[in-house]
Amino acid sequence: MTISATPSAKPDATSRAVNLTSEPALRPESPAPSVLFATLMKDLRLEWRSKDAINSMLFFALLVVVVFSFSFDPTGDDARRIAGGLIWVAFLFAAVVALGQTWAREIRNQVLDAYRVSTAPANDLFLAKALGNFLFVSVLEVVMTPLFVVFYNLRVIGPAYLLPVIGLLGTWALVVNGTFFAAISLRTRSREVMLPLILFPISIPALLGMVEATKIILTGESSAKFWIVLLAVYDLVFTTICLTLFETVLDAE
Amino acid sequence: MTSTVVASPQAARAVPAVVLTGLTKQFGRFAALRNVSAEFAAGRLYVILGENGAGKSTMLRAIAGLLRPTSGRVSVFGLAYGGSDSGRGILGQLGYMAHPSLLYDEMSAMENLIYSARLYGIDDEARCAAAITLVGLDPALNRPVGQYSQGMRQRTSLARALLHDPRLLLLDEPFSNVDVTSARGMVQLLSNMRDAGKTIFVVTHQARLLAQAADEFVWIHSGNIASRVTTLDLEMVQ
Repeated sequence: MTISATPSAKPDATSRAVNLTSEPALRPESPAPSVLFATLMKDLRLEWRSKDAINSMLFFALLVVVVFSFSFDPTGDDARRIAGGLIWVAFLFAAVVALGQTWAREIRNQVLDAYRVSTAPANDLFLAKALGNFLFVSVLEVVMTPLFVVFYNLRVIGPAYLLPVIGLLGTWALVVNGTFFAAISLRTRSREVMLPLILFPISIPALLGMVEATKIILTGESSAKFWIVLLAVYDLVFTTICLTLFETVLDAE
Repeated sequence: MTSTVVASPQAARAVPAVVLTGLTKQFGRFAALRNVSAEFAAGRLYVILGENGAGKSTMLRAIAGLLRPTSGRVSVFGLAYGGSDSGRGILGQLGYMAHPSLLYDEMSAMENLIYSARLYGIDDEARCAAAITLVGLDPALNRPVGQYSQGMRQRTSLARALLHDPRLLLLDEPFSNVDVTSARGMVQLLSNMRDAGKTIFVVTHQARLLAQAADEFVWIHSGNIASRVTTLDLEMVQ
């Protein structure tokens, strides 16, 4: 067997190769907002095509509303006091479904390795995933909240304008930790079980804040300021921790 | 974050493309790589051969920075992983094609490449189309990659690895399930890229395909480099 390097036998292929390698901006610095935006848009596109996360979340949340409404009289006086808890528990459970889906896409065909060998910053991936999950859970909340209002005959007695603030802070608290712990549980054998086992205990302070603040506003009993501040601090602390540790999680074997 | 841009092909070849120093990788009790030390010059096409489980893919993944060595060191173009820039300087210079496709099944080849390009800060659809054409596919094909044949997926995966014009290409089984004509086209492409100064590592069981194009054959056995034979050595034997 004679082995020698061959000269370029196909001029066509050679010229195309030169075209590909002669572009000027081949190794530019990766502009962070662009990677974040591209990853977010990619996730939204994949979800739009499959509707895996949104369908399962909606179905799950709807099931929770119906099951709870069978368990007690939803039109009773107590309904307003416990509705805050029911709403957030339903959203938390449903969010777990979406959180698992986002990372599952990245381990199919080991696509995550393509990100790991690129120059893209790890935190752009994390923020894109967290923002995507935030949007999915927000859609769920927008769809499900009117149903809760109808099923449980709710009327807001306190300052209603604070409800969207609680919604935004509470949703971010769920998804930021959820996205992070879903990434941690990605390489474990039973990740579907692992995620709630890690996520639920760490979400207790945030859940308490959401439930108490929502209850106060629904009943108009007192001020929800303490709980809203608690939620904001929780978001700030855990977002910082997640961003600090995510690169280590991404590179873990 | 730093990216090293090479001044000239001569200067690029002066620095070894890859240096492995006492590289060991253990998975539990199993040692996939055992104290591997080797230097690979730049601008050459290396064919990595060996039995299943010999450690070929593990070596490639270690060079790509996807595996943390149990002990030892990997440096690429003089930069070591774990340095001040956490290997970011290296990553911009390497293209990696794994045995799995590293592609999203729900997106078309073009969509996959546009997204991959953005990860390297490249916003150029014409460039993505050129990369797809280069591997013999049609950029206008609007089917999800999940509906492609295995061979088409392999070629799309190669296009993804070439997209950012890396100096070092790490290809794991690039010809598996690819028809002979397309595989020969891929070999020609790799040969041309090597001639343009790129360093290429190809893990394959189809050494015959690269017989004319390779510069060196590297045999891996039980987690270590058993032998290295250059094409010049082979010509002298004959």
